[in-house]
Amino acid sequence: MIMESTSPNQLVALNMEGLDTPPLTLSQLAWRRFRRHRMAMFGAIVLALLFLYSFGGSLVLSESYANHTDTSLRIMSPSAEHLFGTDSVGRDILARTIYGGQISLLIGLTAVVIETFMGILIGALAGYYGGWIDSLLMRITEAMLNIPEIFLLIVMAKFFGGKIPEIEFIGRTFSGSVIVIVVIIGITSWMYLARIVRAQFLSLKENEFVLAAHATGTSNVQIIFLHILPNSMAPIVVSATLGVANAILAEAYISFLGLGVQPPTATWGNMLDGATNYLESAPWLWFFPGLLILLTVLSINFLGDGLRDALDPRSRAI
Amino acid sequence: MMTTKPVLLEVSDLRTRFHTPEGTIFAVNGISFRLHEGETVAIVGESGCGKSVSMMSLLKLIPVPPGEIYSGNVKYRGKDILQKPEEEMEQIRGREIGMVFQDPMTSLNPVLTIGRQLTEPLRTHLGMERDMANRRAIELLQMVGISDPERHLQDYPHQFSGGMRQRVMIAMALACAPSLLIADEPTTALDVTIQAQIVELITKMRDMLKMAIIWITHDLGVVAGMADRVIVMYAGYIVEEAAVDDLYDNPSHPYTIALLEALPRVDRRRDSRLKSIAGSPPNLLVEPHGCPFAPRCEFVIERCRVENPALENIAQGHSITCWVDVKTGKPR
Amino acid sequence: MTEVLVTVRDLKKHYPVLRGLVFQRRVGTVRAVDGISFSISRGETLGLVGESGCGKTTAGRTLLGLYPPTSGSVTIDGLEMTRATHKELLAIRRKAQIIFQDPYASLNPRWTVNSIVTEPMRVHRLLSNDKERSERAKDLLGMVGLNPRLINRFPHEFSGGQRQRIGVARALASNPLFIVCDEPISALDVSIQAQVVNLLENLQDQLGLTYLFIAHDLSMVRHICDRVAVMYLGLIVETAERDELYENPLHPYTQALLSAVPIPDPRKDRARKRVILTGDVPSPINPPSGCRFHPRCPIAMQICKTVVPEWHEAAPNHWVSCHAVQ
Repeated sequence: MIMESTSPNQLVALNMEGLDTPPLTLSQLAWRRFRRHRMAMFGAIVLALLFLYSFGGSLVLSESYANHTDTSLRIMSPSAEHLFGTDSVGRDILARTIYGGQISLLIGLTAVVIETFMGILIGALAGYYGGWIDSLLMRITEAMLNIPEIFLLIVMAKFFGGKIPEIEFIGRTFSGSVIVIVVIIGITSWMYLARIVRAQFLSLKENEFVLAAHATGTSNVQIIFLHILPNSMAPIVVSATLGVANAILAEAYISFLGLGVQPPTATWGNMLDGATNYLESAPWLWFFPGLLILLTVLSINFLGDGLRDALDPRSRAI
Repeated sequence: MMTTKPVLLEVSDLRTRFHTPEGTIFAVNGISFRLHEGETVAIVGESGCGKSVSMMSLLKLIPVPPGEIYSGNVKYRGKDILQKPEEEMEQIRGREIGMVFQDPMTSLNPVLTIGRQLTEPLRTHLGMERDMANRRAIELLQMVGISDPERHLQDYPHQFSGGMRQRVMIAMALACAPSLLIADEPTTALDVTIQAQIVELITKMRDMLKMAIIWITHDLGVVAGMADRVIVMYAGYIVEEAAVDDLYDNPSHPYTIALLEALPRVDRRRDSRLKSIAGSPPNLLVEPHGCPFAPRCEFVIERCRVENPALENIAQGHSITCWVDVKTGKPR
Repeated sequence: MTEVLVTVRDLKKHYPVLRGLVFQRRVGTVRAVDGISFSISRGETLGLVGESGCGKTTAGRTLLGLYPPTSGSVTIDGLEMTRATHKELLAIRRKAQIIFQDPYASLNPRWTVNSIVTEPMRVHRLLSNDKERSERAKDLLGMVGLNPRLINRFPHEFSGGQRQRIGVARALASNPLFIVCDEPISALDVSIQAQVVNLLENLQDQLGLTYLFIAHDLSMVRHICDRVAVMYLGLIVETAERDELYENPLHPYTQALLSAVPIPDPRKDRARKRVILTGDVPSPINPPSGCRFHPRCPIAMQICKTVVPEWHEAAPNHWVSCHAVQ
């Protein structure tokens, strides 16, 4: 705007007022902005509740209960005893959504860790070094973008299915197919972030503080990870957040195609798959897992929106 | 001198503030001055002094909210324009009062051709037909020294250099032959040789159209050669106003003096260190109390910290807001 | 005192202009710096002036190796940069530093002042631990006129002038001999410019620094520099000692440049004869033939269009390249 004089942050330094107030970091400014975004706060709360539901719920209902079949109780509509009803082999849907939620959420989180790591690495190297490194990495990225996820999934599921051993984690045993899913989602989703990170690096590396670091003699590795990367966090955080939603959806439709985690282990996705034959006759089979997926994805998107606004340095409202 | 010509613009006690989450920014704190027809007045000050905000307030171009022009009136040809509704202001802007800004890249629309942008005021304000507007646009481009103007009508701003873009801005500002041109740092972003060209162009246009000019700048050098009167602003106040020769011969406000002493000279041998002004720029978030320059003034007395001096005449056409006589160091 | 610290010989920096999406063809060259030579003695301040596009900023950065030179040589404190090993280059980085124009872009917004100022010390392994380095950083802040207690603050909490001082503190952190000042005051207010310039001078006296002062403000250059070189379109057209250049400019471009600088003295300003150049500065992609200035030169002759004028000493220690000057 027109004003170019001192801003309140600068007052501290100029007038030595409040010299003992702690420095106001950019993260704190961002948090302030975030707090003002009501949808984002709503999303954050709902998400917290969902996590509580899935991970806290396991303290109430056991996994064996969730997998306990009793065909005499099959396809019962919601009742006092089975709040969400029962599925086609008599398992309690509420319990299954709890344990299914754990898997879906975990898949979401771990897939994002993989894709963020790969996206940052590839995007940073491509954007910073340019030249043939950039060309090579970008061609790989584009090639990956062109491979349909489903195709890769089918191939990898066929190839690795049954060959990956089970793992123990938080007191549960996860079948190898979970790992396969996580890896597949991870390696098919990093490209978007890689492009964003590359764009960030392309523009940031021309900044004068980077030039100053060169002039100081700082090594390239330090410049990439200590100088430029911290300044690229905003789109990375937003991308990672929204990536969780995408991963959960990806798991849902992979499982819906029958290629994902196999029953009896529940995921929200394979519960939807199990409901295909009962769409009209027993809507509670798909309604509850579907609702949970919807709530999760929506709240993550609100959260991501809030983060994007809060972290955008251009909205210097504070 | 110029005082025999009728008054074109009269600003009285103009006050503007901005409401921000951290508090109220007191940007303009009661400025008053007169501009006569054909007169060139320079408003000089550093960033944050309120010179640009004053002009935007005058033209009612301040975003409201968070801005607020909360006091004063601005009489253009005798009528208070602050009271006028937006439609009437749109008539005045561009037609009666032309504007040139600092950065021609952001003031020109990058996706419209020069021709389109030039003919717009002609067609809107003067109601010209398209062909006539185009012809006039070509004349205007020639007037501002752009060669081969017909070809350039089809060009886009990014195809021009900084100096040429500024010439186009000037052409646009002068399209309707306004009586007043407000130029806000029009040459600050330009190279020195291009600056000289643009200054020459504007003075030529001024003489031709008999326009009044308000020239806003931080550069005390640019102003010296082309202004009739100079107004110095600090922290939203006018601290000194004088005819140009008088200001440079007898600067009487401590800030003006300090500003002039901080300037290096291209025409003199260096004799000593530059005198810098102690302290830091004013904090506009605090409601003004006492003289805003007091914390940095070397002539400060107790009264300065308590009472804000009013603008007073110290000589013919020369006024300052100061309690002290800088020649003696004693209260006036 | 007259020991030469920095020598630049025929330095060139060209950028290719590429077209094409898949296979890029070189369709032209931006000759940003097209063969400049000068030397700077220890303790001296050499001013490098010119308008935008003349290549002065590129020259300063190429000199330090921040942009790899296309050709030519740069010698700093006896070491020739283009043939230096990685280790030798690191040693140069300790001795030769730079201050940038934009106080907002030249400091990493996510780093504290402490990290910023101690970085050179860490990179060059000066002092033995972080605590000692921070102590020294505080001393440096005091030296540049900032309160040392602000050491853990972030750049956005400071004003432009203060950030520039932080940049100076950073440049001093490795105890350099030579600092390239790349338009260090252009983005600052008038009263703050004086503060920063005075600071630079004080530091020079205290620490025996050598400066290359790149600027377009000719008044300020006259004030602070010992010698001045004038650049136009990638070449140096005139070099002389400070007062000699300003009082006796020989090259028509220098004359035009000086006559265009505003003087804050109305009578003098009205009385002076201005040489107003026509046209804009041509692009460094296709510089004019012969003397590059000839299209805008008020005294251009036939020979100027075809023959590049020789760089010669027209008066004691006053070098020019112009056909009209003998």
